[in-house]
Order: sequence, then structure tokens, then C-alpha cells
Amino acid sequence: MGYKSFDEINEKIKSGKAVVFTAEEIIEVAAEKGIKQAAKEVDVVTTATFGPMCSTGAFINFGHSDPPIRMSKVWLNDVPAYAGIAAVDAYIGATELSETRGMEYGGAHVIEDLIAGKDIRLYAESYGTDCYPRKEINTVINKSNINQAFMFNPRNAYQNYGVATNTSDKTLYTYMGTLLPQCGNVTYSTSGELSPLLNDPEYRTIGIGTRVFIGGSQGYVAWEGTQHNPAQKRGENGVPTAAAGTLALVGDLKQMDKRFIRAAVFERYGITIFVGIGIPIPIIDEEMLVKTTVRNSEIFSNIYDYSVPRRSKPVLGTVSYEELRSGVIELNGKKIPTAPLSSMKKAREIAAVLKQQIAAGEFFITQPVASLPAENKINTLEVRESSL
Amino acid sequence: MKTIKVSLYYPANTVAKPITYKLVKDYDLQINILHADISLNKVGKLVIDITGTEWNIEAGLKFIEDQGIKYKLFTKTIIWQEDSCVHCGACTAVCPSGALSMDKKEWTLTFDKEKCMVCELCVKACPLNVMCVSI
Repeated sequence: MGYKSFDEINEKIKSGKAVVFTAEEIIEVAAEKGIKQAAKEVDVVTTATFGPMCSTGAFINFGHSDPPIRMSKVWLNDVPAYAGIAAVDAYIGATELSETRGMEYGGAHVIEDLIAGKDIRLYAESYGTDCYPRKEINTVINKSNINQAFMFNPRNAYQNYGVATNTSDKTLYTYMGTLLPQCGNVTYSTSGELSPLLNDPEYRTIGIGTRVFIGGSQGYVAWEGTQHNPAQKRGENGVPTAAAGTLALVGDLKQMDKRFIRAAVFERYGITIFVGIGIPIPIIDEEMLVKTTVRNSEIFSNIYDYSVPRRSKPVLGTVSYEELRSGVIELNGKKIPTAPLSSMKKAREIAAVLKQQIAAGEFFITQPVASLPAENKINTLEVRESSL
Repeated sequence: MKTIKVSLYYPANTVAKPITYKLVKDYDLQINILHADISLNKVGKLVIDITGTEWNIEAGLKFIEDQGIKYKLFTKTIIWQEDSCVHCGACTAVCPSGALSMDKKEWTLTFDKEKCMVCELCVKACPLNVMCVSI
């Protein structure tokens, strides 16, 4: 039996009496009070992350022109958007590159500019139909003159992620940053003990329908994320030792704030976007409290050699986030400097904002309407002959 | 007194000469070594801060040149646009001098201009384009 139901916790939030800590703070709180007492007293633990997440984008409805157009090709500031849906709907993906500026500007920048309230050049083409006769439109949009603009991110908030290094003799330019030759550095990209799914490793409270903080607004978990892999190898504490669960998130782009979402360019790799995500974990029982007290020293990740450009990269070793956070790790007797790619400072800021919003009765927790899959098989893509 | 930053490029046969010692002793210059890549009988590189009077610095640089060592003055500096920075740490992965590092308590980026060798690696490595070069 649990100590508290989701409804009870929400009642406390409503009355302004909820006891909330961040996933970093709770470690000390639990150490002081003991698990039993802490589980009784604490209602919510806030988690957060602010890292580059390529699988991000937004659906936009532009409204109808007169005469109307059934847009079949769409560009936003010269960045192609997907228009193979209804007449004036389109999806702008974060990693899409500008056709005129290349890697300097892309879908992520369009999203950031929209959030900032800037004007965006919309150019669309069509073949023209009886009901939608217009064949071309060239105009300017911004977030106040379009209809819906909501982010729908197929894969965010990865539950752990591999650590990258490079054993080759040349510098590599990757989505894990610039990797120097001969293991000159290692990079990593999670907020460790503050990261959402590392604090609810078995998806007991985070599921479909969970309200989340996304990019400064309130959004929801829409589905399991793509490549969701709960079957990943786990430690005794249930925490996966490599990339495991993921979340598909949805949120209102118009309510977002540039402080919590930023376009990014990774040299010679391409464009991506830093997404700020915060997820509250209701402390429904002692077990949940224990999970949120996970420390960096108890979270491990594999080190992969990115000089092997194959689906399965060699694993060179395993490190804890405590070691990664120390700034230097030892690999095969060699000391290697570490560098983070996701911002701990921003993650802390988000966890603190979420804590404050819950304490002030502005953010309520939600019971998932369905659980995330606890079992799953990850398929690979093979070059196949048709089976017909 | 003023301070300048220079790179010295040693041909293979000059590495054995006690250049910095001479600069200190004969020209009364304060030398702060920022980066050294020197091995016997190989081409070497030294990045140093030189502090002294204008007169002594000029004489010291002439002495360096007379030894057959080429030098290049740092005229550019790296500018960190802190307001736009999200403190992710990607730049610290490539910074060879340790000028860019993460504060391990606050997890904020710190930039020690004195240590910076203006290699410009951070300019490209920064995903948010907040590091730039001033001329």
C-alpha cells in the first residue's frame, strides 16, 4: 500500500502545502531523515535535463490564405518543412538544414525564432486544385498570427546515454561534440542524478499523460519515445547502464521561453536543439523515494569508441557519473579529461523552477493514463530483398 | 610595463638554447609559459606571456629573432558572450590550455583569459556560437 495517492498529493499542491525537493536535494534530505520519514513527508521530487535532442520538431497550422492553397512544399526561412499532411499544416524538424545557409541555420533556429516572436518567411508551393487554386504563397508569419504551433518530439529525455571517445589518430566531429584523437577527451550528455528517467528507472510514475515542463511551458508525455528500450542492461538499482527508455513529448510552442530551449550547431555534424525538460516525480511510497535518491556514483554508462562508424561501437569500459563529473577518468591506465554536453546549470534551474511552480500550486502532477512499455525489442534496419 | 602574448616557433637546431633564461636575465622580462611543445632536435613551439617595459620587450623580441626563432604576436582575443551561454561544457572538450573549464560546484563555464592561446577551437566547438574572435 502506498502512502499517498496522486490525488492526495495534488490536494496538498492545491492548498500550497506540498513538500517539494529537487532530485539533488532529496539525497541529503533522505540521508538526514531516513527513508521512511522522508517518504512520509516529501510529496514531489523534481527532475530535469537540458541537453541536445535531435528528435524534436513542431507542427504548425498557418491558417488559410485567400484564395486558399493546399501547400505541398513548404519552406520556413529557407528551411524545408514537411507538408505531406493537410492543406496548411506542416512539421518543422529541428535538424533540417537551410537550403541557402547550410549548417549555419536550420529547423532548430526556426523554432527558436518562432518562440522569440520573430517574423519567419513562409514560402509554399502547390500544384493547385479546384478547391485550393493558389499555386504559390510568399508571406511572413510569427507566433501570434498562426494557429496551433505545438512541439511534438518523437524522442526526448533519454534514460542514460553512452559516453563518447575516439581512439583513432584524427579528430572526429560528432553529435557528441568534437572528439580529440587518441582518446584526447571523453564527452557525456546526461544530468545524472537529476535526470528524469534515471530517477524513475522502472517508469512507475512517468507514463503516457504525465504532465511535464518542456521548454518553459507545460506539456505532456504523448507516447513512449522512438527507440524506447526498457530491456537495456540494468544494475541492481534498476538503473540502465546505457541508453534505455525515451519519451515522446508534446508541448505548446507558443508558451515556450528561449531560456529553456536553444538551437545548436555541432561542427561538421549538423543542427540540433537543446530542450529543457523537467518532470515531477510524486513520492507515492518508500520505493519511489528510494529511486529518487540515486546518486551519480550509482549511475554507470558505457564508454563507446566513436572512431568505429558502425551500428555497434566497441565498448572500452564503464564509468560512473561521479567519475565523469570529476573532470578526469582513467581508461586503460590513461587519464582522460571529460566534458559534459548537456547543461547541469540549466537542468538545476529547471528543477528549481518546477519545484517553485509545484510549491506555488501552479503545476499539478498527473497519474499516467497508460504505462510505458516495460518490455520492448529494438529492431535494426537491414538491407533486405522484398519478401513479396 | 606592459604584457604581450607571443608564440615562438623553434627550428629543430635551436631547441637546446636557453632562450627564456636570457630573456629574464639580460632583458629583465617576466616570462609566463602558457604552452610548450619542445623536444630535442625537433621543431618546437612555445606560447608565453612577456611582461616588461616597452623598451625591454622590443629588445627581447629582437634577441629572439636573432637566434633564428620566428615569433608571432597574439593580436586577437577570444570573446565569450556569457549572456547567451547555456554552460553546456562542449567547448571545454577541445580547449588545450585549460582556459575554458567547468566550475564543479555551480557547473558554470569559467574562462581564464590569461591562459587562452587563441587557438580558436572553442569558436567552432561551441554549439551556440557564443565564442568569437576579436581582432
